[in-house]
Amino acid sequence: MRAAIITFPGSNREVDLARALEAATGHRPLSVWHKESELPDLDLIALPGGFSYGDYLRCGAVAARSPIMTEIARQAGRGVAVIGICNGFQILTEAGLLPGVLMRNKGLAFLCKPVTLEVATRQSVFTSGYEAGQEVVFPVAHHDGNYTIDAEGQKRLEDEDRVAFRYKGELNGSVGRIAGILSTGRNVLGLMPHPEDATEPLQGSIDGKPLFASLAAALG
Amino acid sequence: MTSSDSSAITPKTVAEHGLSSTEFERIKEILGRAPNLVELGIFSVMWSEHCSYKSSRRHLAKFPTKAPWVVQGPGENAGVVDIGDGQVVVFKMESHNHPSYIEPYQGAATGVGGIMRDIFTMGARPVAVLDALRFGEPRHPKTRHLISGVVAGIGGYGNCVGVPTVGGECTFHASFNGNILVNAMCVGIAHADKVFYARAAGVGNPVVYVGAKTGRDGIHGATMASAEFTDETEAKRPTVQVGDPFTEKLLIEACLELMARDCIVAIQDMGAAGLTSSSFEMAASGGTGIEMDLDQVPLRETGMTAYEIMLSESQERMLIVLKAGHEDEARAIFEKWELDFATVGHVTDTGRMVLRMGGEVVADLPVAPVSGASPVYDRPTLPSPKLLPIMGVTGAPPMDVREAALKLLGSPDIASKRWLYEQYDHLVRGDTVQRPGGDAAVVRVDGSKKGLALTTDCTPRYCEADPFQGGMQAVAEAWRNLIAVGARPLAITNCLNFGNPERPRIMGQLVACIEGMAEACRVLDFPVVSGNVSLYNETDGRPIQPTPNVGGVGLIDDLARMTGLALPGEGFVILMVGESAGWLGASLYMREVMGREEGAPPPVDLTYEKRNGLFVQGLIHDGLVAAVHDIADGGLTIAIAEMCLAGGIGATLEVPDDATSPQGWLFGEEQGRYVLAVKPEQVANLRSRGNEAGVLVREIGRSGGDALNLGGHVPISLDEMRRVHEAFLPDLMQAA
Repeated sequence: MRAAIITFPGSNREVDLARALEAATGHRPLSVWHKESELPDLDLIALPGGFSYGDYLRCGAVAARSPIMTEIARQAGRGVAVIGICNGFQILTEAGLLPGVLMRNKGLAFLCKPVTLEVATRQSVFTSGYEAGQEVVFPVAHHDGNYTIDAEGQKRLEDEDRVAFRYKGELNGSVGRIAGILSTGRNVLGLMPHPEDATEPLQGSIDGKPLFASLAAALG
Repeated sequence: MTSSDSSAITPKTVAEHGLSSTEFERIKEILGRAPNLVELGIFSVMWSEHCSYKSSRRHLAKFPTKAPWVVQGPGENAGVVDIGDGQVVVFKMESHNHPSYIEPYQGAATGVGGIMRDIFTMGARPVAVLDALRFGEPRHPKTRHLISGVVAGIGGYGNCVGVPTVGGECTFHASFNGNILVNAMCVGIAHADKVFYARAAGVGNPVVYVGAKTGRDGIHGATMASAEFTDETEAKRPTVQVGDPFTEKLLIEACLELMARDCIVAIQDMGAAGLTSSSFEMAASGGTGIEMDLDQVPLRETGMTAYEIMLSESQERMLIVLKAGHEDEARAIFEKWELDFATVGHVTDTGRMVLRMGGEVVADLPVAPVSGASPVYDRPTLPSPKLLPIMGVTGAPPMDVREAALKLLGSPDIASKRWLYEQYDHLVRGDTVQRPGGDAAVVRVDGSKKGLALTTDCTPRYCEADPFQGGMQAVAEAWRNLIAVGARPLAITNCLNFGNPERPRIMGQLVACIEGMAEACRVLDFPVVSGNVSLYNETDGRPIQPTPNVGGVGLIDDLARMTGLALPGEGFVILMVGESAGWLGASLYMREVMGREEGAPPPVDLTYEKRNGLFVQGLIHDGLVAAVHDIADGGLTIAIAEMCLAGGIGATLEVPDDATSPQGWLFGEEQGRYVLAVKPEQVANLRSRGNEAGVLVREIGRSGGDALNLGGHVPISLDEMRRVHEAFLPDLMQAA
């Protein structure tokens, strides 16, 4: 599997993501600076967590206008797998590659803790390694993870089986306790929790491993 | 008046700069003339207590600072210690007390930013932050506002920069009502052959300014940090700097990228006293001079004077001496990261700092006397009165053992700090292998099986009751916490927070604490490699409890042998290493249950401490223990309750018949003790190892069930303990 991690000014979980991808695939992912405008042939494009542009305007809003995003949209349109975690998810919604928006947490505070999630669908290259309905523990670390979408949009996500992960309990005010969603083509995943920080026993959970393993299995 | 005009310096101007008339005379002697305003400003910050350590310097020399594993002791931006495999750990702790009281969010945020710069300045990637926080009484009208601002500020900065905040302390006492303490510690990892220092060298080498632009914020921050608070301090809000963690993140990445090349001669962050201290310190340590053209300094505001440029404490700025000819290479890196880059001067061999602006020389000062010849005071000291020991409880205690245990579990100093650390990203980088809430945080060294154990410790009530014993205890507790997670303690940093040193009683506290700490460091082979002093922590004449915070760093060679405090399951035998005599003086039981702040603190016997600690270290190394916890605030009962809560399993404790006072045995705070959980088949072996080592190992109970049974008292269910333990901070912060 040929994977690339896109780094924006202010990305900060690219190290964690690279480590998890390398452990699953045996290859170090390519590191791509956001000012690039072309990507080589890839199987996976990954947008890491962090605070791109300091979250100063609106999380992900400035990064979504980076030169690389046009290329990512083109590749996603061709069916290349794209994963955006935390700030990466925010960037994907701001870029219009995923619907909805991530608002400030309902409790208004930053939240960093392990949370229990439910795998809501296994129909994707990201989640095929889980059982449907399986409970997994990933940590969250975000201030703006309150997934918001209008009723019609939410219905569409549910009807099309595009909710990938759901919080087991109320966490941050997200509509339908949604923690992660898929694009209509099912090749773009955005999620707030951090599977990349749940891949080793020392990290307290290995529940994130199947996600990277599914990718490695599906994308070769 | 122009800034280079010396005629307008009046005694009032001198006093406003926090300089005494004697100090002003000394300045005139050094210069052979009166200084102009720019020069006076430079002297005032360089000779401030904050930058010059003029009250503490002669006593700081008492700290042991050397060991075979110490690469760099005090005197640089941070201490450097060898951790094997060609790597070093770089760390330091620093205060941001005064700014955090005036403007808690920005004060705490810039405290975190400042200490991170001290670490990456030396070529180290910051990997962890810890914060030692001391607030006033929970019910004091300002406390909630201060907690909420400080916690949001630490989180807002650290989370964005992507350095995990993994530990620290948070305690409360009325003496901090008008003067909170915010001490931040940062820890980084570097390659041993890629450590950078602040020594300007090479005549003609360019002096380069990078990072954020200079504004008017923070002018005279160092001077403010060196004065007592009064009711008018609020008016000093403009002297608090404003942090920009996004720029800091870019600065870290740009500096580390540049450091990977062979371009840098010297590098120094612009911290307290900004451009002034960074340029003077680099020239002084290199024995050189520097000429700077202030017209080249990137400015955020128009019309800034030389005085303002030199004294600004705008954040996220660095000064670098480059190897000549490498400017373009360096500029390209900073442009990539969208940061300012300006050549502002060059290194000279004159030993003088010459500053030009608008074609005119606005300051011309000899470097060495400004940085090195600040006055050093041997201030008079007065010892604290000796207090009497208090053993056990005489007469009827105000509440029974069960109630007392719950009261302590929910008391501000012991209660869970989850509300706070869940607002900090303590997991970013994926190497946090022991999270907040244990004895010490553990951060894996990226790509290895090694871990760094990190802790901050101090018990201000002990330091107030007996500064010498309290000083020893702060170091001993840090050492013990590192032992408890399976680490080899390496070295400490410290941040000494005290009141006004011009008062002999306070100066006596400072000196005795330093001497106690130094003694403990010597006996425990735990040298001091960096530190910071914060004096004048008083409001309207009311001093804080003396608080010499210790930041300890240890190394775990193989994380497979790391230990934690959680009881691992049913049927484990609980052992205590060390003995209880019932010492309740200066304990939390005395304060929270008896309602009295009385008595001498538990004495520290360093030989005993070391013997017990090395014994436990040996057991962990040989894989004989399943859980370890040190005994500290609230004594044995709280130690076991914390082990139960962490493991989600109950325990039964036998109170020995020979205990003179059950309260003393259960809640006494004797030092040098540990609780161990071991498999039953290991008990005989551990006892005989204890006999051989001359260490007392006593079987005190067993794990199991879903409640804590203390002797014959009514059991306390895990649920009730958890509810009480978790309630304090959320209740306080949600109170209307």
